[in-house]
Amino acid sequence: MGRSYRIPLPALAASSLVLVTLALVLVFFVAPNDANQGFSQRIFYFHVSIAFTAYLCFGAGAWKALVHLWKRDPRADLESYVAVHQGVIFGSLVLLTGSIWAKISWGHWWLWSENQLVLFLVLFLFYAAYFMLRFSVDPGPQRANLSAVYALFGIVLVPVSFLAIRLAQQFIHPVVFTRNGPNFGGWMLVAYLVSQVAMLALAYTLYRVELAGKRLDVRLRELREAHA
Amino acid sequence: MTTSETYVTAAYCVVFAVVLAYVLIIALKLQRLERDVEALESRPQREVEDEDEAEREPASVG
Amino acid sequence: MNYFADVRALARKDLLLELRARDTLPAMLLFVVATFVVFHFALPAGSSKLAASGLLWVAIVFTALLGLGRAFVPEREQRVFDGLVLAPCDRSAIWLAKSIATFAFLAAAEVVALPVFALFFHGVRPATIAGVALADLGICAVGTFVGAMAVVTRARDLLLPLLFLPLAIPLVIGGVGASVVGHPGGYLGFLALYDVLFALLCWASFEYVVTE
Repeated sequence: MGRSYRIPLPALAASSLVLVTLALVLVFFVAPNDANQGFSQRIFYFHVSIAFTAYLCFGAGAWKALVHLWKRDPRADLESYVAVHQGVIFGSLVLLTGSIWAKISWGHWWLWSENQLVLFLVLFLFYAAYFMLRFSVDPGPQRANLSAVYALFGIVLVPVSFLAIRLAQQFIHPVVFTRNGPNFGGWMLVAYLVSQVAMLALAYTLYRVELAGKRLDVRLRELREAHA
Repeated sequence: MTTSETYVTAAYCVVFAVVLAYVLIIALKLQRLERDVEALESRPQREVEDEDEAEREPASVG
Repeated sequence: MNYFADVRALARKDLLLELRARDTLPAMLLFVVATFVVFHFALPAGSSKLAASGLLWVAIVFTALLGLGRAFVPEREQRVFDGLVLAPCDRSAIWLAKSIATFAFLAAAEVVALPVFALFFHGVRPATIAGVALADLGICAVGTFVGAMAVVTRARDLLLPLLFLPLAIPLVIGGVGASVVGHPGGYLGFLALYDVLFALLCWASFEYVVTE
């Protein structure tokens, strides 16, 4: 597998900065107030785009895990770990912003009837255990294998848990809240799309920065061992 | 500001704060890496001097 | 079939070991009954029957955890794992055999636990029994898998519940749904889907857990 072309890190960081700023401007000054929820609907733009980014990070982590198990690509293990780490960071942001949104809309910090929130809580617990697992095994092929297999479990757990939580609504909360779908068009759509791209760019930048740091760490450790 | 405005601002500030904290942690890690590199850089010098004194075989460096 | 002969031999080994040593099953039985007594006092008088149905599932999951924690102890302490991995059999046979043995223990514990639950709390519906049977399959498949992962780590017993419980949440949702809802078909179907999906995943990836 040849080394594919990568965007230089400074360019990436600069473009995500521009995109995030642009998204903030669009969200706060351009997009109109939602007819039903008013100003508070503006959390939506970041909340949903962060959630989508988190799923994508978990997906990327599982994909890299598969690459590791399948092709034994030595870089894939670290990439999988960093992607999952990004997923957990964005996942906790989903929990925080979702919790704030629940407080504005329904007056409670936590609602078990909010499927997305509950799903992210389950995933948060699952991936927190991923880190426990990883830090409980010495670095080496075995750790890479165990992490990869567990990351693959995660990507199966996402749809299964989603289905389970949907089913649980019937006996946990018979009354289902619905967020009235806003008339999604015009500037709202633009604001959402720009926020989405901005979050993806931000996540990718952070991923690359962390990966660069981790790789440096590994190389340094190897050098130190060679010197010892 | 109305309450909803406060909460929306708080939500965006939380996002910002978490990203900032993350960058801070990465920065601290990079600092540690830098220190490690410096420690490693200063080591071969000493080792060479030791070897001159003891007239040992140079250790093979993979 | 060579594969199934391997599985049978390995499962037989575990069952014989348990028959002779009687390590796990009595502990699971005592634990599940003691849990019911604790739950009886944890539920204030006048609590609904639904609450007790939910607690049944807590008891099942924790009893299974107790059994799963013991599942790979002989492999670890007597270094059987090294031998098994070197043996000329498919690695997934190790997982399948261990799952079957764990399932046997869990089912045996539940044969006692469900009547005791009926005696202490309220009757058990057929749908609950079907839910328990289906959930047991998933618990044993996934639990054995993460159990094998946990024994090779430093944290060992500490890690098993952390790895297992998030994966068991869908099972608990499906099981509780099957026990309390009027038409349990959807929940039972969900449990079956879970079993098939995760059993396939475990079967396909177990090799990577025990080899480098």
